[in-house]
Amino acid sequence: MSQTLARPVSNLIELLSRLPGIGPKTASRLTFYLLREPNGLAEALSTALAALSVGTVLCQRCFNIAEQSPCPICADLSRDQTLICVVEEPMDVLAIERTGAYRGIYHILHGALSPIDGVYPEKLRIAELMERVRVGEPREVILATNPSLEGENTAAYIYQQLQTSGVSITRLARGLPVGGDLEYTDEVTLSRALEGRRSM
Amino acid sequence: MDPESERRQRLYRVSAIVLKRREQGEADRLLTVMTRDRGKLTLLAKGVRKPASRKAGHIEPFTYVELLVAKGKSLDLVTQAETLEAHRALREDLWRSSWAYYVVELADAFTQDEDPNALFFDLVLETLGRLNAGVDPALAVRYYELHLLSLVGYQPQLFRCVQCDAPLQPEVNFLSLERGGALCPSHGSHHPETIALPVPVLKVLRFMQTRPWEQVAQLQLSPAVSRQVESILARYIVYHLERTLRSPAFLEKLRAMLARTKMVNAEETANGESNGEAALSINDENAPG
Ligand SMILES: [Zn+2]
Ligand SMILES: [Zn+2]
Repeated sequence: MSQTLARPVSNLIELLSRLPGIGPKTASRLTFYLLREPNGLAEALSTALAALSVGTVLCQRCFNIAEQSPCPICADLSRDQTLICVVEEPMDVLAIERTGAYRGIYHILHGALSPIDGVYPEKLRIAELMERVRVGEPREVILATNPSLEGENTAAYIYQQLQTSGVSITRLARGLPVGGDLEYTDEVTLSRALEGRRSM
Repeated sequence: MDPESERRQRLYRVSAIVLKRREQGEADRLLTVMTRDRGKLTLLAKGVRKPASRKAGHIEPFTYVELLVAKGKSLDLVTQAETLEAHRALREDLWRSSWAYYVVELADAFTQDEDPNALFFDLVLETLGRLNAGVDPALAVRYYELHLLSLVGYQPQLFRCVQCDAPLQPEVNFLSLERGGALCPSHGSHHPETIALPVPVLKVLRFMQTRPWEQVAQLQLSPAVSRQVESILARYIVYHLERTLRSPAFLEKLRAMLARTKMVNAEETANGESNGEAALSINDENAPG
């Protein structure tokens, strides 16, 4: 490739194809699109990319990505500061915020335990969560990690760690997805949904 | 060929154990599965990270699942998945889950793609079943380690000296990683690379290597012997794999944490005084040499 393509082009293709979900084909398509695009998208992108590292910080309280620390959610005193929702990724905060149903604050772990991938507890923001609970004495910690093996393990690990702290610990209810089909639901999801049933 | 039989040729059905999975693209996953008939396979499961996916819950690690697979150009595609055994406790109990991680990590490390080994497959499935059923995980996993070593051609010789072929006597013998077996004191004691094999440790290793699981399950090991057997097998395995494994370090951390919070399973604490291994004879006649 380096022989037939100008170096800046092959360079960008190589960098783009390192992104999750982007293969070399898509990377080439995006690169050539940017080359031809008339409205200065490439310049705007490069400014935005540069701002990504200098313009963002990790909130030192909840470890969300924000423009300053504490982040707007942590700084919002109209939110319930005694309710901490623990999630795997910053994207999960967006998903919960979109529901408009949650008025507490968050704690972002930045991943989930996965022994086989070398993701051990100290790679996540678990110690920081323990410290928050110890110092801040929240009323409730909601474990909102994914219902995957890694998410369940992470929730179980945090639960073990917090058990003696006296804080009330809850787990997000797990059940059938909206639009799901009973016939095709795996037995673990189905039995959890049965266990979590409610009266109508 | 008529379209119907052409379609059937492109599809195949396998019973598989999910060893691991990796995110691919926006909504897909790459699965590494072990099958009885076709060996280890890498398969693409499309769309499984969308919440309404019908397949997602069936293809979590440790699950025994029936898959309908379509041959693809580069990767074969999972088209249907139905759980045969979910091993639910392995997903919901962190302690047992981390043992199961070790079981599948070893299964992955000791197999090549598309190189079936039905007995190894059965051993992995049985071991996950035992862990799920709540047996002493250390016993189930030591048994698994010794038997998988035999099935993949690394069975340690534990009855005769690999140098002089003399039957081992009830004294401190030695294990040579390099030579894949035990050495009598006169051949093993001077080598820096050998590991001492105290009598109770050798007894336990031999018993586990030669007896059926039903008998091994009855063993009650003192914590000291249990840890020695564990560490010897770990070194033997890493030596022959020529690479380190990731899940044992996690197991170790978890063990330390559970000991701190006193949540550790009965098997780690309650058997402290028992001396079950004394019942095993080192000159066991029933055991093959
Ligand atoms: Zn914050
Ligand atoms: Zn000898």
